[in-house]
Amino acid sequence: MRHLLSVADLGPDGIEEVLRLTDNFVEVSARAIPRVPALRGKTVVSLFYEDSTRTRLSFETAAKRLNADTMNFSVSSSSVNKGESVRDTVTTIAAMGVDAIVVRHSSAGVPWQVARWTDAAVLNAGDGWHEHPTQALLDCYTIRERRGSLAGLRVAIVGDVKHSRVARSNVLAFSLLGADVTLVAPPTLLPPSLAGWPVAVSHDLDDVLPKADVVYLLRMQRERQTEALLPSLREYTALYGLTRDRAKLLGDDTIVMHPGPMNRGVEIAAEVADLPGAVITRQVANGVAVRMAVLFLILGSGGDLGG
Amino acid sequence: MAADIVLRGGAVVDATGGRRADVLVHDGVVTAVDGDLEAPASALVLDAGGCVVAPGLVDLHAHLRQPGREEAETVESGSRAAALGGYTALVAMPNTDPPIDSAAVVREVLELGAGACCDVRVAGAITKGRRGEELAPMGEMAALGVRIFTDDGNGVQDARLMRRAFEYSSALGVLLAQHCEDDELAEGGHMHEGEWSSRLGIPGIPVEAEAMMVARDVALAELTGAPVHFLHLSTAMAIAMVRAAKAADLPVTAEATPHHFTLTDEAVASYDPLFKVNPPLRPRADIDAVKAALADGTIDAIATDHAPHPQEAKELPFDQAPPGMLGLETALALAIDELDLPLERVLALLSWQPAHIAGLAGQHGGPIAEGAAANLCVIDADARWVVEPERLASRSRNTPYAGRKLTGKVRHTVLRGEPVVVDGEAQR
Repeated sequence: MRHLLSVADLGPDGIEEVLRLTDNFVEVSARAIPRVPALRGKTVVSLFYEDSTRTRLSFETAAKRLNADTMNFSVSSSSVNKGESVRDTVTTIAAMGVDAIVVRHSSAGVPWQVARWTDAAVLNAGDGWHEHPTQALLDCYTIRERRGSLAGLRVAIVGDVKHSRVARSNVLAFSLLGADVTLVAPPTLLPPSLAGWPVAVSHDLDDVLPKADVVYLLRMQRERQTEALLPSLREYTALYGLTRDRAKLLGDDTIVMHPGPMNRGVEIAAEVADLPGAVITRQVANGVAVRMAVLFLILGSGGDLGG
Repeated sequence: MAADIVLRGGAVVDATGGRRADVLVHDGVVTAVDGDLEAPASALVLDAGGCVVAPGLVDLHAHLRQPGREEAETVESGSRAAALGGYTALVAMPNTDPPIDSAAVVREVLELGAGACCDVRVAGAITKGRRGEELAPMGEMAALGVRIFTDDGNGVQDARLMRRAFEYSSALGVLLAQHCEDDELAEGGHMHEGEWSSRLGIPGIPVEAEAMMVARDVALAELTGAPVHFLHLSTAMAIAMVRAAKAADLPVTAEATPHHFTLTDEAVASYDPLFKVNPPLRPRADIDAVKAALADGTIDAIATDHAPHPQEAKELPFDQAPPGMLGLETALALAIDELDLPLERVLALLSWQPAHIAGLAGQHGGPIAEGAAANLCVIDADARWVVEPERLASRSRNTPYAGRKLTGKVRHTVLRGEPVVVDGEAQR
């Protein structure tokens, strides 16, 4: 695998391979000195055109634990503010001799463009509404950690699917691993066409919750109510929020997930996020190990996984 | 005075049909069309063997970017591209900087076109600044020969203003052409709304944004009696409305672009802004509807919507890149290749029908007969070639057809009796 742009690049076997490798890196991360020299001499640059503390930190931590050198190119401190094009920035970074570029951009497709302009490996850390493949991988790992496998699990993805790169990558990943995915959202927050999406659709969260093995809540952005997509956040919470009352409908083993950052009180009640079934901090912890696995798969030479 | 020209050995095809004939041109005029002409010794003989000699093509829709965006195209470079594509006349769109919304800018562009490879006509803006708020001085522009008005790039959103524009224009004998797009419905969209936009996470433009404005303007044409021309139709829904309007004998004409009958929205999956255009590339069913409408006469003309952009603009993120693609040098071959129509029908759509819509009949679009203006092109309909962006005459390189194998190439173009393209090479 040369780049990680989309979950589709991996396929079911590729996802399984990442998850198997992740087991090793979870073990590495638990050590007193959580480092292996697998990527010594490699350079990983994070090129983030959009604010993201957690994803950037997670990638940088992963690279450091593999002993890679890291560089951080963030918009606020860079020549981007002086009008430099993405292509010129990428060319400049590549000229420094880097092995991988981790790209986050608010426009869909930018990682594909970057991959055309550089010989370095490109890892998509989120492009607009489109994809966020490492988020999907860490979510798969987290579910597998609890339930052993995704095959046959009933997963409800709840909320603003239309504008969500997390939803697009997770629909692909979950269904490739054999889960049955149901999207739960008001029609205004679903994509205009779901042709070719291996999903069911519901507008009734109360009906879906008792049958769900996994409830995946998406972040609700406040500006959606000014775009006439919702009458109000209050009505959204009433119909689609995982409130305290609604949480009583969850099964005993049901997992509650959220990609963060959470709007407590909007898509998820404060107390619910702290229930035993909520694995939200586990997702963050697994994120580092999954990204180690991805970086190792793309940049590693195979046999040097010191473990 | 220019040397006489003989187009030797071709088959003449025009609105009257086809026949094997040589064509003699003297002083800008066709002076003989006959089986085997005796050429004056001094005449320039252009080989048309195995070729079709046709009236020059007429493009109703080209963006020449001058004044204001000369880094993308100039009247000179765009006209050269047009001549190489077989065009002897084109209509330059008014979304320049400043826009063509006054007699002064009309005059400037006409002067720039005076020595060009192609007869450069100008479309004026319907509204001042193309802002859709107040009527532009259409009468002053019409006095300079402007025959088509449009705010292309934008549709005129205000129905009341559009009604007034139709009413006012009807006294001038000019044609209003609409870029059909309801701005509210299209707001924020960067590609066709549907399966691919949903998958790619790119905000979409629904077909209804086009169809709603077509429906409105059909109603306004009926209300006012003024003719309307629909630019670059791309959807089955809008085409059905035009078909119904024509069946009701309303004064409606329409054009479609080559990219709307050759490329689908799936091309956007590359995230290459070369495939960003407005109206956007549509799914297969709409492409089939455009082809059917070109075949049955619902759509009257193929227009290029030639829209040059510099490389850096087409390397922006998809949702920030400007829409538009080159078209002048590939339109004829794409029409020959992709439309399942006899060459005479293809030429009708590219030459004499658009000439009529542009008010150029008599000067462009034939027929090729003694006394006619010598605006001609010679087409080798079997010549195979590959689109190489760096070899195009446009100042820009934003063709979506790089590497595509095409059939049909222009060998010679004659403008007002002057050879402006000889053996596929521009002479100016």
